[in-house]
Amino acid sequence: MSDHDHHDHAAEHDREHDRPLSGPALRVKALESLLTEKGLVNPKALDELIDTYETKVGPRNGAKVVARAWADPVYKERLLADAGAAIAEFGFFGRQGEDMVVLENTPKVRNVVVCTLCSCYPWPVLGLPPVWYKSAPYRARAVIDPRGVLKELGTEVPDDVEVRVWDSTAELRYLVLPVRPAGTEGWSEEQLAEIVTRDAMIGVADVTLPVRE
Amino acid sequence: MNGAHDLGGMHGFGQVEIEKNEPVFHFPWEKRAFALTLASGFHGKWNLDMSRYAREQMPPAEYLATTYYEHWLFGLQKLLVEQQLVTAIELQTGHAEAKTSELRALQVSDVEPLLRKRRAARLDEDVPPRFRAGERVVARNINPTGHTRLPRYARGRRGVIDRDHGVFIFADTHAMSRDKKPQHCYSVRFTARELWGTDASAHDSVFVDLWDDHLDRA
Repeated sequence: MSDHDHHDHAAEHDREHDRPLSGPALRVKALESLLTEKGLVNPKALDELIDTYETKVGPRNGAKVVARAWADPVYKERLLADAGAAIAEFGFFGRQGEDMVVLENTPKVRNVVVCTLCSCYPWPVLGLPPVWYKSAPYRARAVIDPRGVLKELGTEVPDDVEVRVWDSTAELRYLVLPVRPAGTEGWSEEQLAEIVTRDAMIGVADVTLPVRE
Repeated sequence: MNGAHDLGGMHGFGQVEIEKNEPVFHFPWEKRAFALTLASGFHGKWNLDMSRYAREQMPPAEYLATTYYEHWLFGLQKLLVEQQLVTAIELQTGHAEAKTSELRALQVSDVEPLLRKRRAARLDEDVPPRFRAGERVVARNINPTGHTRLPRYARGRRGVIDRDHGVFIFADTHAMSRDKKPQHCYSVRFTARELWGTDASAHDSVFVDLWDDHLDRA
């Protein structure tokens, strides 16, 4: 997602202020003013929390990790052996990523990450989870019909490929290391990071080369 | 609890739809609900497992009919009242009856340290593991009315210990009584056929993170 798109969205949603507030919007507004009045929250700190996950922490972090693992076999070894330490080399660590595990996809093994019970997701490398990841269809189906879900999302998994679904039921947080696409030989880490997507790092998509125009 | 949050294996919810160029938040109130939850948690009156349990207690029909941050809002309001940071009357009227002055609110300068703590649920306690990688186990058939991280679809199913993650806080007791009950947490591998029957792919499996107290030797 480009910054441009992002800001357009933000502007669009900020216009919601002009309309009458809906149920949850009203309740949240009342709650914030109550908690502020009681000295329990500081609205400026709330802004800072929001800004962190809107602008600083997101899937571009994870893409850098994947790109380095593709470009540097020694780094990849470290990443698979101790994901937390290897990811922290970039300065990415903290809340909802304290105990990281990296799962390597191969031509014969495909890993898919889900949290059937809530929405566990590796924040420091992927940011906050998208709606579909938190939604009932994905949480219900990823474990019972991963091939069906992948197919709907555009990836047909051959019969001889093993699908491993990881249900994040504890505090381990999983990041998929996708297969490096052919045709990227000699690319720099920066170029590689450009093509790595959030969905590939969750395990529901492959990394593909951009279509030439 | 056997709640609506425990969704693994259910049918009928429809297709997974990925929104292109999805914003981090869809409405301003979602941002505030998210931040209020983290900032309220800063007071240390509850832990993450209690937060999850609070959301799970949203009545099932309501849980399935509402959006993600509405679950968060429900959980936050419940915890604020239960842990006596606000009263039910204050929540209803939106006006403070008294200031909770002894507590220090999260400040801007606290945000980075709060989000960049490197330890959460992992513990240093020297507790021996009950199982080793490669051992066959069966997930207990438990149906507690309280919090559990053992999903329904895995209960009573046989699997193999894939790896030992080390010693962690046990979420099930931590949510109910703050008892950390340090014990090993493992990735347990269940074949798709063990979980879903012979129609499932013979090659596939589901890995579930479970603790010693969820497992018996098979």
